[in-house]
Amino acid sequence: MCNLSGLFRERAGAVSAEVHAFGRAQEALAFLGDFLPREGGTSLWAPGPFLQAAGRPRIPGLAFDVTREAAAAAQVGISQMDWAIAATGTLVQDATTVEQRLVSTLPRTHVAILGTGRILPDLASLLSIVHPDRAACLSMITGPSRTADIERVLTIGVHGPARLVVLLVEGIPS
Amino acid sequence: MRAAFKDSIHQALADPDLRGALGRFSVAYKASRERAYAGLDFEAVRDRVRDVKAHAASRLDELAAAFQANAEARGVKVFRAQSPAEVKAYVSALARERGVRTIVKSKSMATEEIHLNAHLEAEGIQVFETDLGEWIIQLAHQRPSHMVMPAIHLTKEDVAEVFSREVEPGQAPDIPALVAFARDRLRGRFLEADMGITGANIAVAETGSLVLVTNEGNARLVTTLPRVHVAIVGIEKLVASFQDIEPILTALPRNATGQLMTSYVSILTGPLQSTEGGPRETHVILMDNRRSEMAADPRFREALQCIRCASCLNVCPIYRLVGGHVFGKVYTGGIGTILTAWFDGLQASDEIQGLCIQCGACKDVCPGRIDIPGLILEVRRRLVAKRGQPLVQKAIFALVNNRRLFHTMLRAASLAQKPFAKNGFIRHLPLFLSDMTDFRSLPAIAEEPLRDRFRRLVQPPCREKAVFYSGCLIDFSYPEMGEAVVRILNKAGIEVLFPEGQTCCGAPARYAGAYETAAGNARDNIKALLADGPDYVVSACPTCTVALKEDFIATFRSLGMEEDLEPARRLAARTFDFSTLVKRLVDEGRLSFKEGQEAGISTYHDSCHLKRTLGAQAAPRELLARAGVEVREMAECDTCCGMAGSYSVKLPEISAPILERKLDNIQATGADRVVMDCPGCVMQIRGGLDKLGSPIRAEHTAVRLEERLR
Repeated sequence: MCNLSGLFRERAGAVSAEVHAFGRAQEALAFLGDFLPREGGTSLWAPGPFLQAAGRPRIPGLAFDVTREAAAAAQVGISQMDWAIAATGTLVQDATTVEQRLVSTLPRTHVAILGTGRILPDLASLLSIVHPDRAACLSMITGPSRTADIERVLTIGVHGPARLVVLLVEGIPS
Repeated sequence: MRAAFKDSIHQALADPDLRGALGRFSVAYKASRERAYAGLDFEAVRDRVRDVKAHAASRLDELAAAFQANAEARGVKVFRAQSPAEVKAYVSALARERGVRTIVKSKSMATEEIHLNAHLEAEGIQVFETDLGEWIIQLAHQRPSHMVMPAIHLTKEDVAEVFSREVEPGQAPDIPALVAFARDRLRGRFLEADMGITGANIAVAETGSLVLVTNEGNARLVTTLPRVHVAIVGIEKLVASFQDIEPILTALPRNATGQLMTSYVSILTGPLQSTEGGPRETHVILMDNRRSEMAADPRFREALQCIRCASCLNVCPIYRLVGGHVFGKVYTGGIGTILTAWFDGLQASDEIQGLCIQCGACKDVCPGRIDIPGLILEVRRRLVAKRGQPLVQKAIFALVNNRRLFHTMLRAASLAQKPFAKNGFIRHLPLFLSDMTDFRSLPAIAEEPLRDRFRRLVQPPCREKAVFYSGCLIDFSYPEMGEAVVRILNKAGIEVLFPEGQTCCGAPARYAGAYETAAGNARDNIKALLADGPDYVVSACPTCTVALKEDFIATFRSLGMEEDLEPARRLAARTFDFSTLVKRLVDEGRLSFKEGQEAGISTYHDSCHLKRTLGAQAAPRELLARAGVEVREMAECDTCCGMAGSYSVKLPEISAPILERKLDNIQATGADRVVMDCPGCVMQIRGGLDKLGSPIRAEHTAVRLEERLR
């Protein structure tokens, strides 16, 4: 497990994701309490098991009612991921409900929360446990939005989030 | 070739921005693709991609029906369209019924293929491309020049100018600012659009799922925000099962952009929940547009194994010179030539198919294992079969096949050029032939062809027999290469025979699409070469070796000449290229090299057919190393030298810059010689070095090795 998490961190970092690891849920919440106000603007947290367990943390600017208008106006979107792929640094989410997609597409920064135990080795192991019968929309996210369409120069942040912040947290519900 | 097409080539070649961008990208691409495959066995990955896609191509109709049933069971409306007109009519009617005023699109080659945007705009609907490159192209009123990077031919200055002219004046040529401008301007479009149109990278029959892959995140917005989603999907995107996604998603990002994974991959099954809460209206149009016909064609079915990664463009030495506006239509480069021949009709591919130099670089990297050069040759053959072989070409092939007459005429022509010939080179040719000597010197024609010199060669008694197949260049221009082969084989106890009945290998005819002529050559050669019951048939020309080992069989098969296949297979089984045979003899202890002597620094040029068809890149290098030669590798050692038979005569303007790059790479090594296994490459490279006045010597491996043998 240690190896998978190390590989995931390396690979996600290589595609410009910012990865932070926490031993306990409280530490992750403390990080958000510090991070969100510094980002400014409003933040929007989509429903998920970790959020449910944590209650609705009171952080200035943070809201929980996800609509397209709120997501379009938010600076930060927060959501919980279901799996990750170590080999490619990829986050994976059952994004069947629209809230999950709105907070990870429209805001400039996406904070993705992942239980450390949810990291899988590779794409094949992911495809052996997910199935369209159980998830109408599977989203795989590898790093922030990027383009190289002008002169092949890599530029981060076109239509999707320009910043992807991953919080790896031990022992959270999934 | 029409003058207008030649003009477009010259314009592209004269555009320093285009050549700079494509040239730099081709170098960067090679390295990033290699890194992306680190730790993976590419050959195994592409075997699996090929299996998945070939399986699907063999049962398209069944998979389309299964996709329809499974997607509809989940509430998606599926429409199976035969023609582009049906697709356009369906989308128009739907847009009208739903009161659609604006549409956002994520990149879809299928909609480019049928020119959907122009159709919808004519109906008064505003259509916005959202992939940055596609948006630029749309604003500039152009077509994509690359299947993955549509605007690769434009500079930041071009983009700033297009944005300033079409969207808002005053945009500066600063890439991050231009990208931010696009994000800002398109954000509102996403939010207000009534309909989102996408393509799909994969469509899974057993689940009715679509897989969408983008780096920018635009497909996620297009499939989340508008109230209607329409996916337009070519039926070649179908795969049978959910697990089939895996090899394709492994190969696509690595081959397309050198990424381990594309930033966003969405697997969508059934209608998604809309932002208003209910299921969003979703339509999938499965478009045939001649794909079923392709699947029914035994040669072209494999073209449906394409996953649209565009790696065949990225490694193509021609594409990197002229770009996709010259080399292609909607679909560009190698695979684009083949798709154009089907989607726009055979005639539409006539000019672009002539650009393929048949070097095989694309076949090496194709994740679908498509024989792209082979299929382009088949396009060429069908074009020739349709309109007939030009009379001049017929006359040339008749002449080429009469060896003595051919030599006499070549010799007469070369003597007529005597005032121009110097040190065994022809440096200038008069008038219309001058293009041939503009960028390299041509070899003079030997006074006496190898076939005549051969009789005077004294050979020791030997226990084995080899037949030497010379091919045109060694016979007429470089008999010394043939003589070196004879002396080397003699040392290993092999007597060498030169059957008089041998004739042209048929490659020129085959590459010109004249398969009947090639078949005649094949028959004559098989008869001549097998007559003496040799232990080996050896050639020192890789193109000829490929003809003997593979093309004879392929030509007979194309023409349905079943009864000729058996002797062709017998010939193939005992045919060797020079280096492979000599390596074997060295390994068997039948040949050995002088010891201890320092034999200088050489660099090795991989000839296209030797490396990519015969797979013999290690043998010549090992032989040179054992002979005491230090081999110092050049950059792009296996990139074509631009010779390619008559290509350098037909398209000297393209051959010249390819050679120029090769010469630069050779000179950068500091080697005193460049060694290769192909007399055609020797002619091109030696001629280029002579023209430059370079002291570097270009030699055939046989000649280099002979002086080092014990």
